Amino acid sequence: MPAQPRRLPDFVARPQHGNYRGLNPTTKLVVAFTTALIALGVRGWAAPSVVLVVMLALVVWAGVGRRYLPYLLATSPLLISIVLINTFLYPAHDVAFTLGPLVATGSGLTAAGQATLRVLAFATSVALFALTTRTDELVDDLERRGLGRRAAFILSTAIGTVPRMVERAREIVEAQRARGLDTQGGIRGRLRGLLPLAGPLVLSALTEVEQRTMALEARAFTAAGRRTVLRAYHDSAAQRALRWALTVLTAALLITEVAGWLSRLP
Amino acid sequence: MSLVIDRASYRYAGAAAPVLHEIGLELEPGRVLGVVGPNGAGKSTLCIVAVGLAPRTIGGELTGRVAIDDLDTTKAPAPQLAQAAGILFQEPNTQLASAAPTVWEEVAFAPRNLALPLDEVVERTWTAIEALGISGIADRDPARLSGGQAQLVALAGVLALQPRYLVLDEPTSQLDPLGTRLVGDALARAAQATGAGILIVEHKTDLLARLCDEIAVVVAGRVVDRAATNKILADDRLSGWGVLAPADLRLRKAVEAAGLEWSASWVPAP
Repeated sequence: MPAQPRRLPDFVARPQHGNYRGLNPTTKLVVAFTTALIALGVRGWAAPSVVLVVMLALVVWAGVGRRYLPYLLATSPLLISIVLINTFLYPAHDVAFTLGPLVATGSGLTAAGQATLRVLAFATSVALFALTTRTDELVDDLERRGLGRRAAFILSTAIGTVPRMVERAREIVEAQRARGLDTQGGIRGRLRGLLPLAGPLVLSALTEVEQRTMALEARAFTAAGRRTVLRAYHDSAAQRALRWALTVLTAALLITEVAGWLSRLP
Repeated sequence: MSLVIDRASYRYAGAAAPVLHEIGLELEPGRVLGVVGPNGAGKSTLCIVAVGLAPRTIGGELTGRVAIDDLDTTKAPAPQLAQAAGILFQEPNTQLASAAPTVWEEVAFAPRNLALPLDEVVERTWTAIEALGISGIADRDPARLSGGQAQLVALAGVLALQPRYLVLDEPTSQLDPLGTRLVGDALARAAQATGAGILIVEHKTDLLARLCDEIAVVVAGRVVDRAATNKILADDRLSGWGVLAPADLRLRKAVEAAGLEWSASWVPAP
């Protein structure tokens, strides 16, 4: 009896199920990208409000509400600074209230509210995408659609680069500390420790580039043609229509915004 | 048909002097050639020259000729060379592509690059993983492996290319005795089953004694001797070359120096 051909393991095939998660990765990317553009690119209250409400509804529907909270918290320093700067430093004369020497204007409060809304809508779009889409599934789907192997590799590795650099920095700090360098304590001590950290970090990253280039060549990375795609993701006519509709809607909104035709909206 | 290094000298870009001088080596399919020598002798450079990464990828100047079967390494396309001769680097973490979320996908990286049919990618990947006994970590994140595990994964990634020649730069440097034995078994099987020629740089001469048909000694960028494994490992000049003879040979010499009679039964089978 001939041996059965071996299968792609389940932990590699890992089909995505569930509300919103089960959508094609490219659909989720288009949703995130277009809504983020609308949130940032269209002035006023209406557009970012609609984006935020829709994104929050999708967050709840996808069941990632609890994991969304850290993203929300991460934006809080930016939001606080936006509110303070706009409220008190906005160049206007319609005084709303005073706080000691600080004067808040009505125009400043409006600008602060709209900017906050835009950042919240943008962050929610990004968070929804990050929480429902794995990098490898997105890259696989984009490769299947014709994304080049170099672009796919850069996309895959770029996301992993930051944690690797943090890990390398930690190792260098430990090595420097073992040699007696003071990398803790006050600000001056930390600043003194910065140069011995930055030097090896940058140099080792540069050295690694050559080794990684060799490793990629040795693994036939520069071969011609499209790489074998491991997984195929469900797509549908409805999703294709959604992607086109969102793209067209976003382009139309941005064009009308630039042309000033949306100024009559609230 | 063989991997031929013919009077090859190599100088790194920007370096004043060559690292390799007039190296002459030949590796035939199905044969295992060990390379020993002290640190800094140029063994790692020899590895990257043998597979054509130097000077093609990293620059530098090569004189003489390096050919893999009928492929001139300075002229053949890189992907063709990669399929002809696979290389395992000393540092496994730079060998891993870091673009795969699991060990299985890391091993599948090279076959996928070749645009092989999915069935063949799956078959090659499982074959390489099983040959090295790493099925148990196939679902793990490659970035979270020990040095020894990363070395096995990197080697599996090379085996998945199914090259005609394997060039291995200290493939067991981070492995414990069990891992070393596993790699030794896998390489012996690979040489026998696939007929691949293997060039292996190693300090662990016990492993070389088990695997190699011949050993070349490289000192200061030159091949100072090349002979059958038993002959090289029993050579009295070995320690002068910075190489430690296998434990059983050292024991045998000590026994004989003490005027006692040596018995092969004192050494357990590997």
